[in-house]
Amino acid sequence: MTPRFLQTSRRAFLGGSAAAAALAALSEGAQAQQPLPPLEEYAPVFLTPAEWAFVMAATARIIPSDGDGPGAQETRVPVFIDRQLAGDFGAATDLYMQGPFTPDADMNLGTQSPLTPAEIYRQGIAAFETWCSNELGAAFADLPADQQDSALQALADDDVGLEPELREFWTLLLQNTKEGYFADPRHGGNAGMQAWVYIGFPGARANFHEWAGRDEAYPLGPVDIAGERA
Amino acid sequence: MARTDPKKDVVIVGLGWTGSIMGIELAQEGLEILALERGPDRATVPDFKYPKVIDELEYGIRFGFMQKPRNSTITVRRNGDEVAQPMRRLGSFLPGDGVGGAGIHWNGQTWRPMENEYRLRSYVEEEFGADAIPEDMTIQDWGVTAEELEPYFDRFEYMAGISGQAGNINGEIIEGGNPFEAPRSRDYPLPPLKQTVDAKMFAGAAKSMGYHPFPRPAANASEAWTNEYGMQLGPCNFCGFCERYGCINYSKSSPQTCILDALKRYPNFSYRVNSEVLRVDLAPDGQTATGVTYWDDEAGEEVTQPADLVILAAYQLHNVHLMLLSGIGDPYDPRTGQGVTGKNYAYQMNGGTTLFYKDVDFNPFAGAGSVGMAIDDFAINQIDFGAEGFIGGSYIVAGNSNGQPIRGISLPEGTPKWGAGWKQGIGEWYGHSMSIGSHGSCLAYRDCHLDLDPTYTDRHGRPLMRMTFDWKPNDIRMTQFMKGKIEEIAQSMNPDSWQSSFKSEGARYDIRPYQTTHNVGGAIMGTDPNTSAVNRYLQAWGQHNVFVLGAGAFPQNIQYNPTGAVGALAYWAARAIREDYLPNPGPLA
Ligand SMILES: Cc1cc2nc3c(=O)[nH]c(=O)nc-3n(C[C@H](O)[C@H](O)[C@H](O)COP(=O)(O)OP(=O)(O)OC[C@H]3O[C@@H](n4cnc5c(N)ncnc54)[C@H](O)[C@@H]3O)c2cc1C
Ligand code: SF4
Repeated sequence: MTPRFLQTSRRAFLGGSAAAAALAALSEGAQAQQPLPPLEEYAPVFLTPAEWAFVMAATARIIPSDGDGPGAQETRVPVFIDRQLAGDFGAATDLYMQGPFTPDADMNLGTQSPLTPAEIYRQGIAAFETWCSNELGAAFADLPADQQDSALQALADDDVGLEPELREFWTLLLQNTKEGYFADPRHGGNAGMQAWVYIGFPGARANFHEWAGRDEAYPLGPVDIAGERA
Repeated sequence: MARTDPKKDVVIVGLGWTGSIMGIELAQEGLEILALERGPDRATVPDFKYPKVIDELEYGIRFGFMQKPRNSTITVRRNGDEVAQPMRRLGSFLPGDGVGGAGIHWNGQTWRPMENEYRLRSYVEEEFGADAIPEDMTIQDWGVTAEELEPYFDRFEYMAGISGQAGNINGEIIEGGNPFEAPRSRDYPLPPLKQTVDAKMFAGAAKSMGYHPFPRPAANASEAWTNEYGMQLGPCNFCGFCERYGCINYSKSSPQTCILDALKRYPNFSYRVNSEVLRVDLAPDGQTATGVTYWDDEAGEEVTQPADLVILAAYQLHNVHLMLLSGIGDPYDPRTGQGVTGKNYAYQMNGGTTLFYKDVDFNPFAGAGSVGMAIDDFAINQIDFGAEGFIGGSYIVAGNSNGQPIRGISLPEGTPKWGAGWKQGIGEWYGHSMSIGSHGSCLAYRDCHLDLDPTYTDRHGRPLMRMTFDWKPNDIRMTQFMKGKIEEIAQSMNPDSWQSSFKSEGARYDIRPYQTTHNVGGAIMGTDPNTSAVNRYLQAWGQHNVFVLGAGAFPQNIQYNPTGAVGALAYWAARAIREDYLPNPGPLA
C-alpha cells in the first residue's frame, strides 16, 4: 500500500551503480583526516557536468572568495549541494507530495510544487541557463562576474520567467549554499570548518557553562562531529 | 490484514509529555496500560548522544526529530474563502514524532498563566464591559481557576525540576521574582540559571526604567535534581543545542529524563512504537469509546485495540484530528457558531527588536533553551484594555538560546542577503547582536477553527485536518503596543543600531518561517457542553471514557508558552481519573 509518491526511488536521480558507489564512498567517516581532493576532481553524484558548472559558478557569486573569510569554493559548498540533491533532501522524502497541486498558490501557504527539490534544481538550472543565453548571450558560468551578479539578482527578483513550479529555485539555491557553508563538514561543505573559524562559532563543542554571561571573546577554535579541530 | 488484540484497561494515544504523565499516574493504580506512539523509540543514548546530535543541518534544519509531512500534515487557509493548501514542508510549527514527542526538542520555558487568563471573558466583562469584546471574538472561561490548578503546577514543576525564582509565595511578593504572577505555594525546586550577557543587559535597562525583571522559568536544570519518580537531572552546560535537539546531558526536562525510565519498570505498562492511531472506536450508541484502531507499521496491518479508557495525548493538532475523524463532539461550524470540536483554534503573537553592538561579545553559542530575563509589566493583568483598545498582553524577554549559524545571523538593515556584502556582514556581526522579544497572547475568533479537509488525504486515506487561521486586528494592536514599549527599552540601551520586526496592520499568516509550536484550542475545556468539547476534567462531554490532554483544551491562547499549563492540566485530569472516575466511571461534570 505504498502511496505513489513514495515509490519514486533514489535511483531515478543516481543513474546507476557507479554513481551509487560514489555516494557510498562519500558517506560519513570517509572524509575525515585525509586531505580532500581538489574540488575540480570531485565527481558529482547528482549534478550533470553542465549543472555542476552552474552550481560552481553561482555559489561562487553567492559567497565569493575575495574579501575576508572563505568563499563557497574553498568551503566546498558545491559538493554539499550535490550530496543533498542526491539524498533524501533532493528526493523530497519528508515532504507531502500528494496532489492536487496549486503551484501558484499564495506564497504564504508554502511550497506547492509537484517537483522534488532535485527536480526543481534540474529544471530550474535549465530554464535559467536558457534565460542567460537569450538575454546575456552566454552560459551563466561564462559570464563576467558583474553580469553573473545581475543575472542572479534577476533570479532572486523572480524576473527570469520561471514557471510557478520552479519559483522556489532561488530560495533553495540560496538556502542550500548557506547550509553548505555552515553545516558540519560531515555533510561535505564547510571544509576545514573555515566558515566557523571566520565567524567565531565553536562548532560541536557544546559545553559552555563557564562562558555564559561573559562579555569577552571566546578563545578556542571549533571542533566538528568527527573530532577534528581547526 | 487486520487483527484484534486483547483488551487493556487503558490505551494512551501518543507518548510525549502528556502521555507519559498520564501513563505513570495510572500505572500507579495498577491498571493494564498500553501506550501507542506513532513514531520511533527514542532515548538519550543512542539518539541524543554527543556528538551525533550536535548536527545543526540534520536536526535544526532538516527537522530530524519532528513529524514528517509525508506521514502527517494539515492544510491551511487564512479564511473561509481561500482554498486550503497542504503544508508540504514544515515551517511555522514543528510537531514532535516518536517517544517523548515535542517534549524532547522543546526549549523548556515553563510558565504559569495569569489568574485572569483562566476567566478571560468574565474578567473583561467585569472590568471593561461586554462591549469591550469585539463581535467576532469568541473568548471563553476555562472552567478552572489558578487557585484550583496551583497544586498541579507545583507537581509538574517539581517533577520537571524547573529552575526559577518565585515572585509571589502565598501572596507575599518576593524581590527578584515576577511580582505579577499568580500566588504559588512555594519556590521553584531549583534556583535560576546563570544569565547570558544579553539577558543581563536587558534586565539592567528594564530595572532602571522601573520595571521588574525576573529569570525566565527554565526546564534546563541549574543544579542536580531528583524527582518524585526517582529520575535524575544533571546541571545544564549551556550546550547551545537545546530547542530542536534532544539533550546530550540529561539536563533538559523531558519524558525521557523525568518519567520514562521509571514508567517502563511498571510491569502493567507497555508501549508500542511505529503505531499510529487512526481513530477512536465508539460503541454503537456513541456514548462510550470501545478502544482505538491503529496502524502497526511493522506488521503492516490495522489493529483493533479494545480498552476501557482512552487517553488522547497525541498533541493538540492530532487530538483534534482524531476527534473529528471519530465523531467525538459535534464538529464546529463557523457560520452558525454551533458545534464544539475544532472550535477556537489559536496561536501565538510574537515580535522582537534586534540591537547591534560592535563592541560586545555576546557569545551566542553559550546558550540554553530557557535562559533569559523577562518582565511582566505589560502582562495581560497589567493592561487597561479599555484605554489601549485591545485585549491581551505579553511577556517581554531577552535571553539567548543558541548561536547556530544556519538558523540565522542577525544583520543590520540594508546588509545584502548574499554576495560580498553578506559575507562581510556575517563576519562583522556574528555574536554582536541581541534581541528583545515579545511573547504575546492570541485570542479566539469565530472563523479560526479546525475541520476536515474536503480534498487532501494522508497515507492511510484519512482526510487531512484543515486549519483556518489568520492574524486579527486586536492581536496586532497588542503586538504594536509591545513594540512601542520594547523600542523604548532598546533605545535606552544605546546600541550602535537597532531594528524591529512586529506584525503590523494587514499582516497575513505565513506558514513558512518558524514561529512557535504553540497550537491551541480545538478541544476546548469548559463548563457547558454546548460551548466546549471537554469538561473541566478534560473528559469528553459525550463519551465519558475519553479524556483529551494537551493545549487543545485552551479556549484561547495565553500570553505564555503552553507546556506549564499543559503539564498542570494533565496532573489535574489524572487526579480526577484516579480519585473520582475509576471508583465510579461516568461523567465527572
Ligand atoms: C521546537 C519547539 C520548541 C518548544 N519550546 C517550548 C517552550 O520553550 N516552552 C513550552 O511551554 N513549550 C514549548 N514547546 C511546546 C511543547 O513541546 C509542547 O507543548 C508539549 O510537548 C506538548 O505535549 P503533548 O503531550 O501535548 O505533545 P507531545 O509531547 O508532542 O507528544 C505527542 C505525541 O503523540 C504522538 N502522536 C501524534 N499523533 C499520534 C497518533 N495518531 N497515534 C499515535 N501517536 C501519535 C506524537 O508522535 C508525539 O510523540 C516547544 C515545541 C517545539 C516543537
Ligand atoms: S542547553 Fe542545557 S538543557 Fe538544553 S540541551 Fe543543552 S545541556 Fe541540555
